[in-house]
Amino acid sequence: MGTSRRTQVFWIAGAILIIAYAIVPVLWIVSLSFKEGDDITNNAFLPTVWSWENYRTVFASDLFTTALRNSVGMALIATTISVVLATLAAYAVSRLNFPGKRLVLGVALAITVFPVIAIATPLFNLWRTLGLYDTWLGLIIPYLSYSLPLSVYVLAAFFREIPWEMEQAAQVDGATSWQAFRRVIVPLAAPGVFTAAILTFFAVWNDFVFGITLTSSEAARPVPAALAFFQGASQFSQPTAPIAAAAVVVTIPVVILVLLFQRKIVAGLTNGAVKG
Amino acid sequence: MAAIEMRNIVKEYGDGFKAVNDVSLDIADGEFMILVGPSGCGKSTLLRMIVGLEDITAGDMVIGGDRVNDKAPRDRNLSMVFQNYALYPHLTVFENIAFPLRLQKSISEEEVRRRVQAAADMLELNEHLDRKPANLSGGQRQRVAMGRAIVREVNAFLFDEPLSNLDAKLRGQMRTEISRMQRRLGTTTVYVTHDQTEAMTLGDRVAVLRRGFLQQVASPRELYEQPVNMFVAGFIGSPPMNFLPALVSGGRLRLPFLEIDVPEKAAGKVTDGQLLIAGLRPDHFDDARLLDPARRERGATFRARVDVTEWLGDAQYAYLPFDAGDEVTKQLADLAAELDSEALRTQLVVKIDAMSRMRENHEGEFWADTRRMHLFDPRTGENLTRDEAAAAELAQLEQERLQERTG
Repeated sequence: MGTSRRTQVFWIAGAILIIAYAIVPVLWIVSLSFKEGDDITNNAFLPTVWSWENYRTVFASDLFTTALRNSVGMALIATTISVVLATLAAYAVSRLNFPGKRLVLGVALAITVFPVIAIATPLFNLWRTLGLYDTWLGLIIPYLSYSLPLSVYVLAAFFREIPWEMEQAAQVDGATSWQAFRRVIVPLAAPGVFTAAILTFFAVWNDFVFGITLTSSEAARPVPAALAFFQGASQFSQPTAPIAAAAVVVTIPVVILVLLFQRKIVAGLTNGAVKG
Repeated sequence: MAAIEMRNIVKEYGDGFKAVNDVSLDIADGEFMILVGPSGCGKSTLLRMIVGLEDITAGDMVIGGDRVNDKAPRDRNLSMVFQNYALYPHLTVFENIAFPLRLQKSISEEEVRRRVQAAADMLELNEHLDRKPANLSGGQRQRVAMGRAIVREVNAFLFDEPLSNLDAKLRGQMRTEISRMQRRLGTTTVYVTHDQTEAMTLGDRVAVLRRGFLQQVASPRELYEQPVNMFVAGFIGSPPMNFLPALVSGGRLRLPFLEIDVPEKAAGKVTDGQLLIAGLRPDHFDDARLLDPARRERGATFRARVDVTEWLGDAQYAYLPFDAGDEVTKQLADLAAELDSEALRTQLVVKIDAMSRMRENHEGEFWADTRRMHLFDPRTGENLTRDEAAAAELAQLEQERLQERTG
C-alpha cells in the first residue's frame, strides 16, 4: 500500500546492520574455535586450516565435562522448581484477593532489580557456615530467588488474560479447583509457562557471579565459571581457541531450546475460547 | 431432574449493595423458567447463586430437596451455558463435550464416546468433532456449549443470555432449537435473558426482576395481559405499552384524545381529581375505518394527527404526539429511564392494519380497545385494574400445560 521503494531499502539496510552487529561476534567465536594451534594469530577472519582439535581438547578435559554436567543438572532442576512454584504463585496472585497482594508483586519486582553481586559475599560467608558452599543446592537456592519473581511476573500476566469463565465452566462441569487449574488453566497458560521456563533456563545457564563465588571445586562449578580456569594445550599457550570451542558448545543447547519452543511461545492461544 | 426452590434469597455485596433482595421462587421439576429484567436487576446474579458461582448472603437454595447453599458448584449437579460460551480452546469439540464426563472417573471410555455421539447427533455437530473451537462459527460454538451442558444427566440446565452474541437470524433458529431440546429432555431449565422474544416464547413462566426485587412470576400471557404493576407492563411487550396521563373527573376519565367512563375494576380505588397513568398497548388500537363494526362498538374512537408511520409488511405503526403536563412528562421520563428505553417523547404508538393508507402529517380516525386498558397508581405503580380471576385462570391453564408435558 504505497510503501515507497526508498523506505523499503531503508528498512532492509537497517535490518542487515542490526543482524550483522549481533552475529559477527558469534561468528568470530565459531571461527576461532576451529583454528588450530597458533593459527589464532593469522590475522584473518577464517581459519587457515579447519580443525576439530579445540573441541577434542575441551571434551578431553575433566574440567569442562564435569562443569557441563553441573550446568545442565542445576539449570534443569532450578528451571523445573521455579516454573512449578511460579505457576502456583502467579495463579494465586492473579485469581485470589488477599491483603498485601500488591506488596508481594512489588517485592517480587524489587528482587529482580537487586544487584546480584551485592549478595554474593554475604552468601559466601553464610553458605560456608551452613555447609552449602560448593554444592549444587548452594547454587540452586540463589538461582531460584532471582528467577522466581520474574517467572511469577510473566505468568501472572498470562493468567490474567485467561477469562474467569473458563474456570467457572470447569467448576460447573464438575471439576475441583485443582482439576480446573491443571486441566484448563495450565494448558491455556502454556505459552507463558514456556516463556518463564526459557527465561529461567537462560538466566541460570549464563550465570557467572554465583558460579565463581560460591564454588571452589569441580563439585558444583558451572561452565561459565569453569571457562575462567581453562588452560591451553601447553601451559605456555593462551587457551583462547579452546575457550571459544567451549563457548560454542554451551551455546548450542540454548539455540536448540529456542528453536524448539519458538512455536509454543505464540500469543493468541486463547482464540476461540470466548466469542472474539 | 429436580425442582429448584429459592426461599428469601439475598445477595449483599461488601459495600452493602443488595443485588438480589428477598427473592422467593419455586421452579417445578421440568419447568422452563425465564429470569428477565433490565440490566443490573440481579437476574444473572440469581442464576450464578443457583449454580454456586456466587455466595448466598441469606436465604435457602434448595435443589431436589437438598439445601445447597454451602455446596461447591461441582456438587450441585447442574450444567450451565455461559454468555460467551467459555469453551476450552485447547480441546477439540469432542473433548469439550466429553470434559464433564471425563471428570467422573466411573464412566468408561466407551460410554463417554456413546454419550458425546448422542449429544453431537442432537445438535448436528458430527462433522466438527475433531475441530478446535477457534475454527468454528458463532452458532457452532454455541451448539458445542449446549452439547457440553446436555451430555451429563443433570438436575437442571442454566442459561446465561446464551443467544446474545449471535446475529438475529441465527438467534431465532437457536431459540427454537433450545426450546425443542428442553421439551425433549424434560430437564428443569432456568434461562436468563433481556430479550423480549426469548422471554415470551421460551418460558413456561417468566420471573420479572427489578433492582433485585421480584416483581411478578407468571406465564408470558398473564404478564402481558394482567401485569401487577407499571414496571412489568412497560417491560413486557415490544413496542412497549403506551402510558398516558388520565385524570379522574366526576366518574369519567380524561386522557389525551379520549374521554371514557372509569372502568368498573378501578371504581372505588380512585378519588375525584386524582391523576392516574393509563396503559394501552399498541395493538389495542386500530385504524377506525378498516374496523369491523361489531368491534368498533366495544371501544372508543378518536381523531389524531399522525406524526410518523412505520410500515413493516405484516403490520404498521403510527406515532401520535400529544401534550402532557410537566409533572406527567417527568414521570414518564423516569419510568422510561428505568426500563432502559429512551422513549422521552410524549407520543402514542399505535399498531394499525398494514393495509391502512394513513399518511404522515394528516389526521386520521383511530379506535382504542378501552376494555383492555390498565390503570396504574402513579406513586406506587400498582395496577388498579388487574383482573385476579382472569389471572388465576391463566395460571391454571399454564399449570395444566406443564403437567401435560412433564407427565
